[in-house]
Amino acid sequence: MAETHATAYDSKIEGNVIFTRFDAALNWVRKNSLWPMPMGLACCAIELMATAASRFDISRFGAEVMRFSPRQCDVMIVAGTVTYKMALAVKRIYEQMPEPKWVIAMGACASTGGMYRSYAVLQGIDQLLPVDVYISGCPPRPEALLAGLMKLQEKISGERAFRDQAPQLAERLEEALT
Amino acid sequence: MLPAGGAPALQRHKQMTSQEAIESLNKWFEENLQKKTEFRGETTYAIAASDLREIAKFCRDDLSFDYLLDITSIDNFGEEPRFEIVYHLYSMPHGAHLRLKLRVSEELGAIDTVSDIWPTADWHEREIYDMMGVKFNGHPDLRRILMWDGYPFFPLRKDFPLAGLPSDMPDVAFTKVTPLEGGPFVTVPSTAGSKDREPRARPREL
Repeated sequence: MAETHATAYDSKIEGNVIFTRFDAALNWVRKNSLWPMPMGLACCAIELMATAASRFDISRFGAEVMRFSPRQCDVMIVAGTVTYKMALAVKRIYEQMPEPKWVIAMGACASTGGMYRSYAVLQGIDQLLPVDVYISGCPPRPEALLAGLMKLQEKISGERAFRDQAPQLAERLEEALT
Repeated sequence: MLPAGGAPALQRHKQMTSQEAIESLNKWFEENLQKKTEFRGETTYAIAASDLREIAKFCRDDLSFDYLLDITSIDNFGEEPRFEIVYHLYSMPHGAHLRLKLRVSEELGAIDTVSDIWPTADWHEREIYDMMGVKFNGHPDLRRILMWDGYPFFPLRKDFPLAGLPSDMPDVAFTKVTPLEGGPFVTVPSTAGSKDREPRARPREL
């Protein structure tokens, strides 16, 4: 493949703009097609289903494809109480999801253990997985879940995947264009 | 519509039969029954653990208490015998309830199963084993049902703390102690409204 050459305009500026656009394009693609892994464990799963149904329509955000196989998912929505018995299974499913992946802790039980301060309930899924967005509520209304999804989209749009994961390539491209 | 006098007669017949049923139970097992209590129309018999299967078969076959509603267990920590097992029976032909209570000590720690008499007892007895540690002789599949096999404690015993105890079975499950700082997250029984019963409305006990 022919190497790129700078043209009439200032290649240093245009070089940076290319990175930003690449990341921006990548983030735009990722955030608008977040396929959820519905880890629906308890009552919050009902509200998750309601959000996916026609009235609140999570499909507007590209997230209607709720594949139950973790291999095909981007974001795990932990919806419901995580008992210690189920905790390691949730972790196993999370580990089977391919990168890039995010986690939404939906509801009080997934965020902090909720009303169940007991011997059998994990006090928040963030004790096992890295959570990106916490949604409070018991259960959160579908609008709250959609607001959390939009917060996650904002977080994704600020990511620097290309620059962080392929720093040598980013550097070489910058050098080639300057 | 039922003919006049049809419904009351049926009602009387039903009551008499269940009354007769209770009395025949009394008559047949007089020497074994330690205590019979009646409270607001509910009948409770305290029985010995050794008579459980005989009484259970009699209740099901002769008195037609064919529906075991519930088996539950009570931990009377500090009393001897420690555990109390309560059976709630219901007779569908007669519409009568019956409660059987028996005590089992911690050293013995086991009673006979009734899961071949009422199959629903299977899971109830597994729950009692899981939560209290009382074993059931002759149970087809006595293992934990709510916690996982290998969990080392019996959570509903009175000497098990509310916050739980740490345990670890690698690749199976782990437990931690729940943070309970900030006071008891329970209300006290009272006639006040829910706003005043709210636990954080109480002054913190230091």
